[in-house]
Amino acid sequence: MGLFDFEDGKEGYYGEFGGSFLPEILTSTVNELRDCFYDCKDDPSFWNEFVELMHNYSGRPTPVTHLKNLSEKLGGAQIFAKREDLNHTGSHKVNNVMGQGLLCKRLGKTRVIAETGAGQHGFATATMSARMGFDCTIYMGAVDVARQRPNVFWMENLGATVVAVEDGQKTLKDAINECLRDWVTNMSTTHYALGTACGPHPFPEIVSYFQRIIGVEARDQFKALTGKLPDKVFACVGGGSNAMGLFQGFIEDDGVELVASEAGGSGPGLGQHAARLAYDDATIGVAQGYKTYFIQNDDGNMQDTHSVAAGLDYVGVSPILAHLKKTGRVRFEAATDKEVSETLRLVMSTEGLIPALESTHGFVAACREAATMDKSQSVLVNMSGRGDKDIFTVADALIDEHWKQFIRNKADEYDA
Amino acid sequence: MSTTLEKYVREKLEKKEILLMTHVICGYPSFEDNYKELKIMAEAGVDLVELQFPFSEPSADGPLFVKANQISLENGTTVDQCFDFLEKISKEFPFKTMMMGYYNTAYKLGEEKYIERLKAAGAFGFILPDLPIEEAGPLHTFAEENDQAPIMLMTPTNTQERLNSIGSNAEGLVYAVARKGVTGKKTAMDDEVGEFLLRCREATDLPLGVGFGLSCKDDLDYLKGKADIAIIGTAALRAWEEGQEEGLRTFFKNLTA
Ligand SMILES: Cc1ncc(COP(=O)(O)O)c(C=O)c1O
Repeated sequence: MGLFDFEDGKEGYYGEFGGSFLPEILTSTVNELRDCFYDCKDDPSFWNEFVELMHNYSGRPTPVTHLKNLSEKLGGAQIFAKREDLNHTGSHKVNNVMGQGLLCKRLGKTRVIAETGAGQHGFATATMSARMGFDCTIYMGAVDVARQRPNVFWMENLGATVVAVEDGQKTLKDAINECLRDWVTNMSTTHYALGTACGPHPFPEIVSYFQRIIGVEARDQFKALTGKLPDKVFACVGGGSNAMGLFQGFIEDDGVELVASEAGGSGPGLGQHAARLAYDDATIGVAQGYKTYFIQNDDGNMQDTHSVAAGLDYVGVSPILAHLKKTGRVRFEAATDKEVSETLRLVMSTEGLIPALESTHGFVAACREAATMDKSQSVLVNMSGRGDKDIFTVADALIDEHWKQFIRNKADEYDA
Repeated sequence: MSTTLEKYVREKLEKKEILLMTHVICGYPSFEDNYKELKIMAEAGVDLVELQFPFSEPSADGPLFVKANQISLENGTTVDQCFDFLEKISKEFPFKTMMMGYYNTAYKLGEEKYIERLKAAGAFGFILPDLPIEEAGPLHTFAEENDQAPIMLMTPTNTQERLNSIGSNAEGLVYAVARKGVTGKKTAMDDEVGEFLLRCREATDLPLGVGFGLSCKDDLDYLKGKADIAIIGTAALRAWEEGQEEGLRTFFKNLTA
């Protein structure tokens, strides 16, 4: 039975995780969205329309690249990367967003709202809204606005309103709460384009459905390149959308191990990281409309998370991935901030690739394990996005004096 | 078999055209201030009180309540303290009390234990706005065994069919949400609200409370004959924020004049 063939009375559940826990006022809106999505899913021309759009607008299919130098340097398995960084707007987020844009049109809605952490989902949503003619409001935690200014700049210039959320931890989870508050008010005109495989049913399914394009392409490409399947497939996990996208391509292949890499921050211990499944600090709970593992205290209140990567800095995790961990199909690892800056340097210098800080978490786990594997083996890692947006954070992490001087000069220029 | 809460409301309604239900967020600004607020509410003749247990993700609340949830938690408010306070006020004051909050509080405690603790603290019901009927089965069974009324929300966007299902899952009283949106904004009491309340009436025989955006005597007057309970939330907290005890006393004096 497939992941999305729900048992009677368990619609939206993946094992014990998922469900829909929303204020009653949203029931009819969410039902309308679900019905529209299932109609589209049953209509083969819809998937084709989506794929064609992604080919024309976002440069798909994105290639799979053999990272020869990196593989040689580590001396183990051959490492390949699925190049989601080459999408328009620079990450896999656009796959889900363009798909939801098509849904939004079918729903007859004129306004789109979205939360964003790293700003990649917000950037993609602003782009889609400009292209498809929707009004667009992006909610973003004030902390993330401060650390991802380049994306905020582009969102605003693409015509979106960016609202800095000052509540709570001022990060991704608080932006989601603010979207829910907007949605309970404006649902008749507004579609909520949730950006990851989390939230209430049907969002985890919708987002996974569109992101599946990554895995569908990658499996064929990998086979064409190497004549076989990878031994292991790696992806970073914030909410879980790029991981679900890639993993779905290989989930039926029992010989392919699926490995998820979470934000280890400064290591284990509540408040130090955002590793919900790789470390032992999270417990099962219900928040933001769904049931999964959350980083929370005994009273059920969410606790601070930490990661150098804004897009992974989140208290919950996809209910689908929580289930796949429980069944043993997906293994969870964590990458610390320190490992991430080391691996980023390594990938840049050996391959000339600049993965996003989020994506680099996948590379950390892939490099760690590839080094211990045989040269005849191979691994595939999802390069979910490109790192340009992280220039401020990376420059800080790498303590780049020239960059600092440039910023000082710029500031002087503005002051003058 | 009807719950104690329902019987209490019906008895009160024999003497009063419309009952008053109010809302207090535990630990905001402080438990001492909560106590002062509740004392004023008791003196003003409030019949029912929902005591909100603060939660870190209050996604159905508007700005003032969001801030209250957050500050209360920052001040260190725990679920244990909320139950203790619930017990204290249930004993001391004549109004009946209910827990209000988000489902995770009940889930983390364990549904059975949650209901037992409500009962032990002297509450007669609970409102969990993020727990839809599809997910509420086991909790409602424990609730029924312990005379705790699961108070369900009916909203203007619901179909009649959905309102009917909510009605058949509700006990004690039904909470009709007067408009779309989060708590805190003023609602215009007009024909739209009136028609919605007629649809709610069709879906349930339970006493009908109306909340979200009620703030003045005119709102109460409008609801007389259309609903049984007026639910005052943000407006009372705002009165407290602006004028402390005197402000709140004046607010209720004007409300019930
Ligand atoms: C480049 C990139 N990769 C990964 C993520 C994490 O999200 P998800 O787990 O949904 O793929 C983000 C989120 O912002 C991102 O920008």
